[in-house]
Amino acid sequence: MMNLLRLIGGRSASAPVARERLQILLAHERGVGGSAAPELLELLRSEILAVVSKHVDLDPEKVVVKMDRGKFVSMLEVDIEVPNGMERSKMVAAR
Amino acid sequence: MAKVLVVTSGKGGVGKTTSTAALGAALAQAGQSVVVIDFDVGLRNLDLVMGAERRVVFDLINVVQGVAKLSQALIRDKRLENLWLIPASQTRDKDALTDEGVRRVINELRSKFDWILCDSPAGIERGATLAMRYADEAVIVTNPEVSSVRDSDRIIGMLDSKTAKAERGERVEKHLLVTRYDAARASRGEMLSIDDILEILATPLLGIIPESQDVLRASNVGCPVTLNSTNSAPSRAYMDAVRRLMGETVPMTVPVERKGLMNRLLRRRAA
Repeated sequence: MMNLLRLIGGRSASAPVARERLQILLAHERGVGGSAAPELLELLRSEILAVVSKHVDLDPEKVVVKMDRGKFVSMLEVDIEVPNGMERSKMVAAR
Repeated sequence: MAKVLVVTSGKGGVGKTTSTAALGAALAQAGQSVVVIDFDVGLRNLDLVMGAERRVVFDLINVVQGVAKLSQALIRDKRLENLWLIPASQTRDKDALTDEGVRRVINELRSKFDWILCDSPAGIERGATLAMRYADEAVIVTNPEVSSVRDSDRIIGMLDSKTAKAERGERVEKHLLVTRYDAARASRGEMLSIDDILEILATPLLGIIPESQDVLRASNVGCPVTLNSTNSAPSRAYMDAVRRLMGETVPMTVPVERKGLMNRLLRRRAA
């Protein structure tokens, strides 16, 4: 789809990039100054990072905790990127 | 009993003052009695956009400080007899506004008008918080652009926590007004679409004001766009927004400019 748009428009669509950047940024900012409990998201993120890091080596930047605010419910999304290979062997070794 | 409506955005230059003038005029054109108040102390502009800049004698600060009576600061629009303006001060600093003073002025206006529109300054400082302080409803003006959407999100958070209504455990009714929207660019994926903005901000949509030359033309001559070019696309969009404010159900469309072929060809060459 993106490629199709690129063919027609001659350049890539930038709006999806804008939307995604905003969603990630605002998820963080809402935790700090918004209606959610102060710094809740950052707290969740650091504790999740601490727990998972006990068993798997993680890049702290690859742990993303998002809150999507909806009218009736909000969605808490935890996205953890785990590198392949190295961690697996480490986990096996730990057994 | 008036409804107090704050026109706010966080970010500057997105069209708060233009929209306050247009919504105020459109409400008055619909038969409502309206007062628009400029809260941008030190950088007043609502008087200029509405063409009343040479008629300012007293301002909001004078009234807040008891130097002038409310009736002395109210400027009646020359075109619409049920539209009034209270200008901001050009010389004082923003600290001259006090919470108590603003409360008193708004309470006094409540019995005299159907609508009180508060034109907020940009930012999240005192002027902006006082403009929204006693609001019943809020129009959040947003451009389809990342920094504007981010700042709108911040302002929405403040409307939910820092207003008198929020402190009483009530809700300020929020409406999103997207301005400078270019439907063609959005459909090509070059601009955030209305759906994108609504998904991110989760706030009901009041209207979509298309990007248009008529808006600048109106402010050039000091006339709200709904009066200056009544049938233009932005004007129709503001009129629809006002009908929604008054409780009517109006289908949401993006009004388009009615352009001739020649006009379109010329425009394309210019771009």
